[in-house]
Amino acid sequence: MALVALDRPLPTPAATPGASGGCSAGGCGSSADKLAQLPEHIRAKVHNHPCFSEEAHHHYARMHVAVAPACNIQCHYCNRKYDCSNESRPGVVSELLTPEQAVKKTLAVAAEIPQMTVLGIAGPGDPLANPERTLATFRALSKNAPDIKLCVSTNGLALPELVGEICEHNIDHVTITINCVDPEIGAKIYPWIFWNNRRIMGMKGARILIEQQQKGLQMLCDRGVLVKVNSVLIPGVNDQHLKEVSRVVKAKGAFLHNVMPLIAEPEHGSFYGLMGQRGPSDEELQALQDECAGDMAMMRHCRQCRADAVGMLGEDRGAEFTLDKVAAMDIDYEAAMKRRAEVRAVIEASRAAQQQGRSQTFIPITSLKRKKPQPAPAASPAARFAVATTGGGVIDQHFGQAREFLVYEATAAGNDLDVRFLAARKVDLYCSGGDTCGDAEDRLAKTIRTLEGCTGVLCSRIGFEPWERLEAAGLVPNGEHAMEPIEDAVAAVYRELLAEGRLDAPAKAVALSA
Amino acid sequence: MAYRIIESCVNCWGCEPLCPSNAIQAARPHFVIDGGACTECDGDYADPQCASICPVEGAILDGLGVPVNPPGSLTGIPPEHLVQTMAEIRAR
Repeated sequence: MALVALDRPLPTPAATPGASGGCSAGGCGSSADKLAQLPEHIRAKVHNHPCFSEEAHHHYARMHVAVAPACNIQCHYCNRKYDCSNESRPGVVSELLTPEQAVKKTLAVAAEIPQMTVLGIAGPGDPLANPERTLATFRALSKNAPDIKLCVSTNGLALPELVGEICEHNIDHVTITINCVDPEIGAKIYPWIFWNNRRIMGMKGARILIEQQQKGLQMLCDRGVLVKVNSVLIPGVNDQHLKEVSRVVKAKGAFLHNVMPLIAEPEHGSFYGLMGQRGPSDEELQALQDECAGDMAMMRHCRQCRADAVGMLGEDRGAEFTLDKVAAMDIDYEAAMKRRAEVRAVIEASRAAQQQGRSQTFIPITSLKRKKPQPAPAASPAARFAVATTGGGVIDQHFGQAREFLVYEATAAGNDLDVRFLAARKVDLYCSGGDTCGDAEDRLAKTIRTLEGCTGVLCSRIGFEPWERLEAAGLVPNGEHAMEPIEDAVAAVYRELLAEGRLDAPAKAVALSA
Repeated sequence: MAYRIIESCVNCWGCEPLCPSNAIQAARPHFVIDGGACTECDGDYADPQCASICPVEGAILDGLGVPVNPPGSLTGIPPEHLVQTMAEIRAR
């Protein structure tokens, strides 16, 4: 366990709010741009939500409380037996909480991490299959911490009957996991559901689940509740079908679609893991996200966190807030709420300032796409860059300390340069057990494999050995832009490589771009 | 006759609120069924409730000690087809 703690990048909560740079993006990529086109009342709801707004995730933290153990369906990617503290993926928790414990923990975390804006209940089972526990937690929190947003994530089976109560407790964000709208495909994902006091297998069960999900989605949208749809991309099962899912949920009013990769390893003990079902490659995932995008915002910064995660996205400080540690904390709730308000004001002021200074620099990719016939010859090749950052939108992490990289894509057309956020890639793919888990591949080799498809790597510093190994692997390391805003730095490195002729350019583009 | 929960139980709380006889208690290392109170849901439901929501094959035994959800029954793969199914899935 000690390994895990040492391995993590050191969180610097005190330094984060506005102390430096910050993400100066008009939007970190296409989904932020698309969020900007949403009606004002929706934008206001997602502005500070790290899971719904790509830009907000650089600044704000979230937490999940594991109060909901029971589930009413079985998914082939889930195994309820698993609980390893080295694991970071949905459905996994270390400690089940009662609603009272969850409230105490939330207030403790909110006092220690003032950037925390969102409390979610996501499991480890299905929150709405445990309505008493889930709703009791929300009830107490809306009373004791009115400045914290509440959200819930569900498979949707019990959603229609609970929409009324959800709205009563003023939960304005709901995530529904919808992997299909076709029962035949559903039968390959959900072996059974528990419905009206019976276990219902196969296609019949999948049909009921799909109907309930769609009904719940419609009811929430009709009431003005924000709905995000999560889909797990399972190659060979629902990959092509997800385009249809995206179309259907968008028509019903979902505001964000989050296509996530299947996580399946034999050691997880899930059906897919044991049976050898593969997950998608980064390329496959990105291609599908692009195809689903259309006019709806796609979410690309999801970290598929645990049902008891605490902290900024991509980070988990859960170990600092175990039940006994929380019990020993002495917290002044009033003072904590005041401090949160101050910290948020500082973050907002810095976000606003950055946004203003930025707007001329980059043309959002969405507007480029709409302008269509672009003079093709002037376009330069797209290049991807991996960035080491701890948050705040700046390059501030040592290469060797990065547990994940944010991948950005730069493209140029004529004089316009566009930098967009593509994905977050984890180095240790959901397991931070390190050498103790018997994985022979060394950490650096693993990191380099994570960076596949990238042209360069931007970090605050990098050691000599990793520098050489990156170069040997055909990557361009760069440590010259420490503490600079990510997109400015990516743009600068892209320009530099382009000028030096080091980007793989199609012959046509090279001939005409000089 | 009464049902019994054995050690493969993962303490997920799925069964506890469903029992019409309040025969299930949370306990360590795993949940237990009060054999005196369990009616196997006779007269209340067509299917025994605990065994109908339990996600773990083999975790609940019937009065004869036989798993209510035998291997393969919840994943939907007949054990005799396991090898063939695995080959099909790996080819995706």
